[in-house]
Amino acid sequence: MTATNEQGLQQIATIIEQNQTLPGAMLPILHAIQNDLSFIPSNALPLIAKALNVSKAEVHGVISFYHHFRTKEPGTHVIEICRGESCQAMGSRALEENIKQSLSIDYHQTSKDRQYTLEPVYCLGNCACSPAIRIGNDIHGELDQQKFEQILASLNTYSLELT
Amino acid sequence: MNHSPSDNSSMPLASRKIFVSLDTTARSRGSDKVAIQVKNILNSQPELAATLVRNGSRGMFWLEPLLEINTPKGRVAYGPVKPEDINDIINLQCFDDAVKHPLCLGLTEELPWFKSQQRLTFARVGIIDPIDIDDYINHGGFVGLSNAFAKTAQQLVDEVKESGLRGRGGAAFPTGIKWQTVLNEPEQQKYIVCNADEGDSGTFADRMLMEGDPLVLVEGMIIAGLSVGADQGYIYLRSEYPQAHDILNKAISNAKAAGYLGNNICGTEHSFHLEVRLGAGAYICGEETSLLESLEGKRGLVRAKPPLPAIEGLFGQPTVVNNVISLASVPYILSHGGASYRDFGMGRSRGTLPIQLAGNIAQGGLVELAFGISLNELLQQYGNGCKSKRAMRSVQVGGPLGAYLPADQWDTALDYEEFASIGAVLGHGGIVVFDDTVDMAAQARFAMEFCEVESCGKCTPCRIGAVRGVEVIDKIISNESDEKQRQDSVNLLHDLCDTMEFGSLCAMGGMTPFPVRSALKYFPDDFLPQPLTEKAQ
Ligand SMILES: Cc1cc2nc3c(=O)[nH]c(=O)nc-3n(C[C@H](O)[C@H](O)[C@H](O)COP(=O)(O)O)c2cc1C
Ligand code: SF4
Ligand code: FES
Repeated sequence: MTATNEQGLQQIATIIEQNQTLPGAMLPILHAIQNDLSFIPSNALPLIAKALNVSKAEVHGVISFYHHFRTKEPGTHVIEICRGESCQAMGSRALEENIKQSLSIDYHQTSKDRQYTLEPVYCLGNCACSPAIRIGNDIHGELDQQKFEQILASLNTYSLELT
Repeated sequence: MNHSPSDNSSMPLASRKIFVSLDTTARSRGSDKVAIQVKNILNSQPELAATLVRNGSRGMFWLEPLLEINTPKGRVAYGPVKPEDINDIINLQCFDDAVKHPLCLGLTEELPWFKSQQRLTFARVGIIDPIDIDDYINHGGFVGLSNAFAKTAQQLVDEVKESGLRGRGGAAFPTGIKWQTVLNEPEQQKYIVCNADEGDSGTFADRMLMEGDPLVLVEGMIIAGLSVGADQGYIYLRSEYPQAHDILNKAISNAKAAGYLGNNICGTEHSFHLEVRLGAGAYICGEETSLLESLEGKRGLVRAKPPLPAIEGLFGQPTVVNNVISLASVPYILSHGGASYRDFGMGRSRGTLPIQLAGNIAQGGLVELAFGISLNELLQQYGNGCKSKRAMRSVQVGGPLGAYLPADQWDTALDYEEFASIGAVLGHGGIVVFDDTVDMAAQARFAMEFCEVESCGKCTPCRIGAVRGVEVIDKIISNESDEKQRQDSVNLLHDLCDTMEFGSLCAMGGMTPFPVRSALKYFPDDFLPQPLTEKAQ
């Protein structure tokens, strides 16, 4: 697990304060921290444990149970590849191998230039247009290697905003 | 501007609307870029005086991005459109009649794929602005709720029983009976929990509904609250659905502002509070007791039943846990009557099922129909065969825990009991199609692998069984095994499946044998040693 600096700790303290009275506050707090800091730093654990009156081990147990939560800083872009059956039916097995090769990383790894982190995901609800991947909050379907490379290229040049 | 609202040859200005979907799948096909282009044209040509509405999707995903334009005859559809097509479609005449354009499809609701459906629960999806309360009301929204205010809790529960509605999350338990159990508990804090975890691969009905008509879910949950005496609801939404999350939050905030949520809703003595909570990428949290643990802020370990969640659910209180589609079907039942819903369907499967066509299928999307249609009709008439144009070989119905079915089973009618009788499940109504390049041994292996990844770890048959399952399947398909070793491994796999089926605490371990055994039974050749060159990766 990686720690965060003073500023990060300040953000965490604010998040905890805003959420700790919610019934079942653990997941909302973890989500908010990961949203703001891109991961859940190790030095957040004692703060969460104290606020929710549980042990540090319990907080750790929760974080490690859920695939979505991560305790290390990811690359600039988190790429989630769907491994679900519908995507398999449309060639995702070959696609995931190609993506791993082209980025030279496996699942749960971050590229050397810290641009990309690769994660598996089990269904993005885009199964009518498989295979699918998610980058940030964008879901892309009917993917092949060529389309994937176009998306990567566009990530680095512009981002589309709808006003 | 030469078109006045009284000009009877064209649409009144106020209803000059252009629709482009904000549904996740429509967006994945480029609908945002189309919407931007429409906006640009409307801004640069103010004489068009039209508004852009971002609606849900009609569910004909191969036609997305679909552009629809309101005309006096109904909405005219164009699709699939690209940003560069829009200039040739949008002009002053397009609001009067269909524009001659290669992408013009005619009236949306006359398209056979759409017209032949029985859209009760999805009646407004793809039609209204999802978060606009007035639009919702103008299309029949909140009629069920206002009828509900005039009834007692028992009358409400009776109406749902009368409808014959069974849970659409997979287990098909009668919704009215579940609600009765919660109503029967003495007055205390009770909860309505909506299961929006939609973890099954090949399913997206919940997502489409939450993105296209979230208010029908809100209305269904309020009615559930009135029916059992609960004033707090939670929607447990999977974190894989960022768009649904955003739209749900906006819809809830609008419903609050309009007095449908909060204290003394609609000026009555009733209160109902509603909040969205995000899951965190654990398939098992779709199982209702694991979901409740997760909502309470814990690891999603499955609870032993009894006690039922209806009696000791969220924070130990009586709780209704229902799937999105179950809850979203309730407003129809209250506005049209339980008997009207019950008139659809066959046998003990009443009403309609939103069916999702996915995988290798030419026309993937959402088809809402009364129970009873055969799998074949869906795959051919609606799905139009494989997208790859190859032969269809195998179909998995009901998510990752559902059986794989070969062609000679495709005459089975969509009905809970009919499916059970062939050792299959309907589940959440997802149908995943594979063509003849599929390696069914690889699919069986994946079922075990998925169980290994997603098991909550509470019981041994599932936690250890899944790991062993992968190993045994590897032995079966290995070129190094001789025939005797292979046969021994096949027998071992059957024993293992028995152990998982009968020894697991929940259906995760209990049903993983369904896809495994069906693959082995119907596609045995795929498990034979393959010549090395042909071996799929
Ligand atoms: C492993 C597993 C995963 C499940 N996933 C979901 C799910 O994603 N969505 C859902 O509504 N029900 C799911 N269920 C079924 C729920 O446990 C429960 O039956 C359902 O939420 C009850 O609502 P209903 O009666 O309206 O279907 C799952 C069950 C199991 C065993
Ligand atoms: S069957 Fe699997 S998922 Fe279900 S309780 Fe047991 S270990 Fe958990
Ligand atoms: S299985 Fe990949 S998006 Fe659903």
